[in-house]
Amino acid sequence: MTTTYDGTPPAADTAAAGRPPRPRKRDVQGTKRLAALLLSPTLLVLALVIGYPVLAGFRESLYARGEGLDADGFVVQGERFVGLDNYTAIFHGDRGDAFWNAFGNTTFFTVTTVVLETLIGVSMALIMQRAFRGRALVRASILVPWAIPTAISGLLWRWIFQADGAANAVLRHQILWTADGFQAKLAVVIAEVWKTSPFIGLLVLAGLQMIPRDVYEAARVDGAGPLQQFWRITLPLVKPALLVAVLFRMLDVLRMFDLPAVLIGVNQKSVETLTMIAWFEASNLRYGSAAAYATILFLYIALIAYLFVKLLGADIIGEARQQTKRHHTKRHRRNRPVKGKRKKVTA
Amino acid sequence: MRRIPPIGAPVSPGTRPLLTRPLVTGPLLCAALALSLSACGGDDGGASKGGAAAASLTGRGPITFVTGKDRSGYLQKQVDGWNTDHPKEQVRIIELPDEPNDQRQQMIQNATTRSDAYSVLNLDVVWTAEFAANRWLTPLPKDKVDLAKMLPATVTTGQYRGNLYAVPSTSDAGMLYYRKDLLGKAGVSAPPKTYAEMWSDCDKVKKLPEGKGVDCFFTEVNKTESITISAVEAIGSAGGSIVGADGKPTLNTPQAKQGLEFLVNAKKDGRLPKEAVTLDTEGGRRYFQSGKLLFQRQWPYQYALANSGDGSSKVAGKFAVAQLPGPNGPGVANLGGHNLAVSAFAKNKATSLDFIRYLTGEQSQRANLLATSQAPTLASLYDDPETAKKFPYLPVLKQAITNAKPRPVAVKYGDVTAAIQGEVYDAVTGKKTADQALADLQGALGPLTAQ
Repeated sequence: MTTTYDGTPPAADTAAAGRPPRPRKRDVQGTKRLAALLLSPTLLVLALVIGYPVLAGFRESLYARGEGLDADGFVVQGERFVGLDNYTAIFHGDRGDAFWNAFGNTTFFTVTTVVLETLIGVSMALIMQRAFRGRALVRASILVPWAIPTAISGLLWRWIFQADGAANAVLRHQILWTADGFQAKLAVVIAEVWKTSPFIGLLVLAGLQMIPRDVYEAARVDGAGPLQQFWRITLPLVKPALLVAVLFRMLDVLRMFDLPAVLIGVNQKSVETLTMIAWFEASNLRYGSAAAYATILFLYIALIAYLFVKLLGADIIGEARQQTKRHHTKRHRRNRPVKGKRKKVTA
Repeated sequence: MRRIPPIGAPVSPGTRPLLTRPLVTGPLLCAALALSLSACGGDDGGASKGGAAAASLTGRGPITFVTGKDRSGYLQKQVDGWNTDHPKEQVRIIELPDEPNDQRQQMIQNATTRSDAYSVLNLDVVWTAEFAANRWLTPLPKDKVDLAKMLPATVTTGQYRGNLYAVPSTSDAGMLYYRKDLLGKAGVSAPPKTYAEMWSDCDKVKKLPEGKGVDCFFTEVNKTESITISAVEAIGSAGGSIVGADGKPTLNTPQAKQGLEFLVNAKKDGRLPKEAVTLDTEGGRRYFQSGKLLFQRQWPYQYALANSGDGSSKVAGKFAVAQLPGPNGPGVANLGGHNLAVSAFAKNKATSLDFIRYLTGEQSQRANLLATSQAPTLASLYDDPETAKKFPYLPVLKQAITNAKPRPVAVKYGDVTAAIQGEVYDAVTGKKTADQALADLQGALGPLTAQ
């Protein structure tokens, strides 16, 4: 999606910029045709790598295969169109319970980890931004958890959380962290927050460094204290970067798989997420059902992303939309929107 | 397969690298899943001919041997031995990940794309039904393989509906490891044959000064394949089964209840320590080697490791093995191990069969046993003076394998074992009564085994 927004407006811009404002209808149409032509490779690639798989996955979710055995004990071959049966089956009986459990887990992990990561990440960024001796070392060390592959950090935390592990030694109390249960959820949240807070920290740090110094100087002249500076200047100005970081994290956690799978294990009620159910279905050769779970998860993620953008105004799409608006109103300020766009992309 | 790997599979469905970008996440996840799914299931159209056509084992030439990670490093030597004698029928080893589930996934992917890249497959004993029923394996002629010399229990694991699909190459069965030093001090001369004897031995050892802090019994009850194995053993020892000979679940029997209640009560009474639910096979080994455990159900591979004098084990020379106990006499072990099969889509099937016969032959199995201590499937090797001297546990193991019960034979084994794991775990941890768990499991397994 970003690619679309990356691609479209600049191409339209250059196409439009190539031609000074001569309001001749034919030319406009020719330009449009040229734009379409220039865009076609991008669209083709997008259709191949995103469009086709999504559609193929959706198609798969409408079919069932490998149902039943014939008289000789062989699996009956071929696939059968089952309409929305794969979807309705998800919400019924035991599978319904499993689905809502996984849905609850996914949502729980998303809310808890993202909130904690945001708090910790922002504080990390504020610390990293300070000029002090050994700043480079602190910055590097804060990023270490993010650099460790998730499966490896899962193993490390599993080691820490085992019955005679470091966590219990520190707490001086035996908690069976890796056994199925609420404590397993906590273990996952702790490991996930440890791992991904640096990500938010990094993005927020980038945002902080964009804030001009003189704004703070002005605030100081006006007599604003540090707290006031934070609420009135830092937070509003870093908000775009922060929202993007939080959005990334949310989308990331919603499809969490590897950390709970490595840390606690698959098929554990307390940490089973929607991707894990889809994986379980696929690994037991029910591809139709797995595709149905994946499609539902896709819709859920899309909904969350949409709501997030709508309610909090994370302007990933916003700026692009504004630009197209500007074009329509024919205020030809071509150079600036392009610059703004570039900044957005790199941020 | 004996070591149920310690950790749940770090298998992300191939999506990880794609997903570090923002809004693309949703579609891409779907896309990536969908891609793998459609790739997996794309062309099943003409699969019907698989079983019948595969019956002819023809073609000679280079083949591949697909197996899990070879920890011993000895396999290559065995294959080299074959390759020097068969310059035109070279065998190349394809090593799959350590994790059994990953191995299964890769083999299934190869089969669903009908690729001829894999020739000889090293299958876990519980996969035979699934692979055979999906026509991914070539039926093997029983008269071409010397099955009569193999332990009958292992041969059944390679069969599906009376046909042979895989030849047993290694076997495995659970044994009771016990601290003979502690039992001796407590005045117990022989290892326990029944649960009651085992508990009373525990009580006697507890009274010793050395017995302080020593836990009684451990069998794996973490929610993985291991708990299925523990359940099969407990229920089998009580004379019951999870799935009967007719393929229907048999959990509504008093034997099944007695078996499950053994695990439930052992946990409730503290005979089975409460951290048992977090310990995997290797965790169990560390536990035993730390000297804090009196009785342990474990696979044979621990024998050499726990006896090693490099300081990693505090119980070297202080333990012995015996048959698993049961409620009224010796219990029943579960059967592990690996079988060799020929992929239905392989070329050079005649070479493949010859190679299987080479690897499962007496010479290879003996060499493999001596080099890697993997349990053989040939009965004669258990009674051989040379091997018996090096591996004193072989007589016990032979008896365990002879009496062993396989895990449920089911085409949908993945679903069956997941259901067993869930219900047995709930019963052991006290979330459900044993009766409730058995009733629920009986209900769940009905449709899964109905086909």
